[in-house]
Amino acid sequence: MKNTDVSELKKIANELRQSVIKMVYQAQSGHPGGSLSAAEIVTALYFREMNIDPQNPKWEDRDRFVLSKGHACPIQYAALAKRGYFDESELSTLRKEGSILQGHPDMKKTPGIDISTGSLGLGFPSATGMAIAAKRDGKDYRVFVVLGDGECQEGIVWEGAQVANKYQLDNLVIFVDNNNLQIDGTCDEVMPNIDLGKKFAAFGFEVYEINGNDMEQVVDVLDRIAEKRDSGKPKCIFADTVKGQGVSYMENQCDWHGKAPNTELYEQAMRELGGTL
Amino acid sequence: MTDKIATRVAYGNALVEFAETYPELVVLDADLAGATKTQTFMDTYPERFFDMGISENNMMGVAAGLAACGLKPFATTFAMFAAGRSWEQVRNSIAYPHLNVKIVGSHGGLSVGEDGATHQCIEDFALMRAIPDMTVLCPCDAHEMRLATEALLNYDGPAYMRLGRLAVENVTDSVENYKFELGKSLQLRDGEDVTIIANGMMVQMALKAADLLKEQGVSARVINMHTIKPLDEEAVLKAAKETGCIVTSEEANILGGLGAAVSEYISGIYPVPVIRHGVRDEFGRSGKAPLVLEAYGLTPEMIAESAKESIQLKAD
Repeated sequence: MKNTDVSELKKIANELRQSVIKMVYQAQSGHPGGSLSAAEIVTALYFREMNIDPQNPKWEDRDRFVLSKGHACPIQYAALAKRGYFDESELSTLRKEGSILQGHPDMKKTPGIDISTGSLGLGFPSATGMAIAAKRDGKDYRVFVVLGDGECQEGIVWEGAQVANKYQLDNLVIFVDNNNLQIDGTCDEVMPNIDLGKKFAAFGFEVYEINGNDMEQVVDVLDRIAEKRDSGKPKCIFADTVKGQGVSYMENQCDWHGKAPNTELYEQAMRELGGTL
Repeated sequence: MTDKIATRVAYGNALVEFAETYPELVVLDADLAGATKTQTFMDTYPERFFDMGISENNMMGVAAGLAACGLKPFATTFAMFAAGRSWEQVRNSIAYPHLNVKIVGSHGGLSVGEDGATHQCIEDFALMRAIPDMTVLCPCDAHEMRLATEALLNYDGPAYMRLGRLAVENVTDSVENYKFELGKSLQLRDGEDVTIIANGMMVQMALKAADLLKEQGVSARVINMHTIKPLDEEAVLKAAKETGCIVTSEEANILGGLGAAVSEYISGIYPVPVIRHGVRDEFGRSGKAPLVLEAYGLTPEMIAESAKESIQLKAD
């Protein structure tokens, strides 16, 4: 998929956004805001960057993806379905009894989920474990992580960062989905993160700052990072994003962290995204 | 009986012994390798040992990631931090996805001694038992610990195992053809009047209690219930039917551990008196381990008293 061009990726990101809205609407439950903010990141990884095989989800040498901010799984489910890990009709079962698509990612139920996450902070140390395993087993795969900026308030994130530094996990790439919103308000109000990018730099990461909703920038930074594969340092892409990006009434609104739209708002969102109802 | 050896020492030795046979075995510790006895493994197989520093929660997460990539991590620290501090990481990152991580908690119970209540974990059995899919064990001596470690290497799933700090007598090495099996208890002595079901170092005390009872004309069966979960229900039911009353004994809070497991099971199928001997829902304190154990009633004499109490209840 290395050759997927940016315009095609933008188109896919928009389709995945439509899937997110539709899923959350059908479930009348779920987390649209943080799913939308990560759409470009998830799209670029699944449709261009990662070395994966949807026909063989457990392939040992595959790149791993860890959605540490697991509540944003609708965007990942949308990507997995579009890549063919499971039938797209499954998306309508999100969060419903008996579904393979749980409220938070479940590696035992959903093809393509590499590790179960959802309890904030826990995905990151598991990702470092995967990266250590790759090095120990002499494998080339990389481990990609998406962390929320609010999630970085969890102390365990920094314990994981220490591990990445100690073991020089240059095969570990983390995105911080920096939308500056959490449930109770802005991160600045609830618990200021104090220059997250510098923090990761202080923990030994190579830090790249981008606009995480600009596909050109996401693709470009992944290309630059790929060139520095063996730098001996873990990578942190500090991505400024807009929570709810793409749906006007959701953008930058805490309220849309974990709420489903009613029919009227659903239809409005789909119109804005150019989708069919 | 051979020289006394702590189960933590036997665990550390077993890791090294089995390292070549099980190349996927990796060991993690959180800055306690000297105390938990993973040090020898660290020195012998440095490329297979990961010191996570003082960050136990993180250690559990890293172990989950290693297991997700096919390795067999043994994440080792004090019981207090393994079962206590890291409970949610163990539940959500290890047990829920059924990952092949062994959580090993050393220095369980009051026999930690001088360090006092903050490091005397008496809740680990209850905490770990409460997690679905979690296997929980507490072998009683060095001989059994070696067998248990190998059994865990051959079990594909999450498990918690408690190690003890104190050197203890070997009581299972004289058992002929002892084949350790997870979830299958070991009867060390037969008896008719009462059954004492114990684990960890309380097994040795239970045997001494049986001796004391014998002097008083009481015949006590002693079962080493090394696996608390899954419980060997068959052995418990048989004991209830054949001896009519039970005493459980554990170096842990009597709430939620071995005694609770036995009571919960037998009350629903064949109710007989069950006296739970252990720490009576109170925190520990500093002191030389034998004195602390005595202060909290963790002695053969108190097990024998509990046995007589249980027999009395049966007679009533």
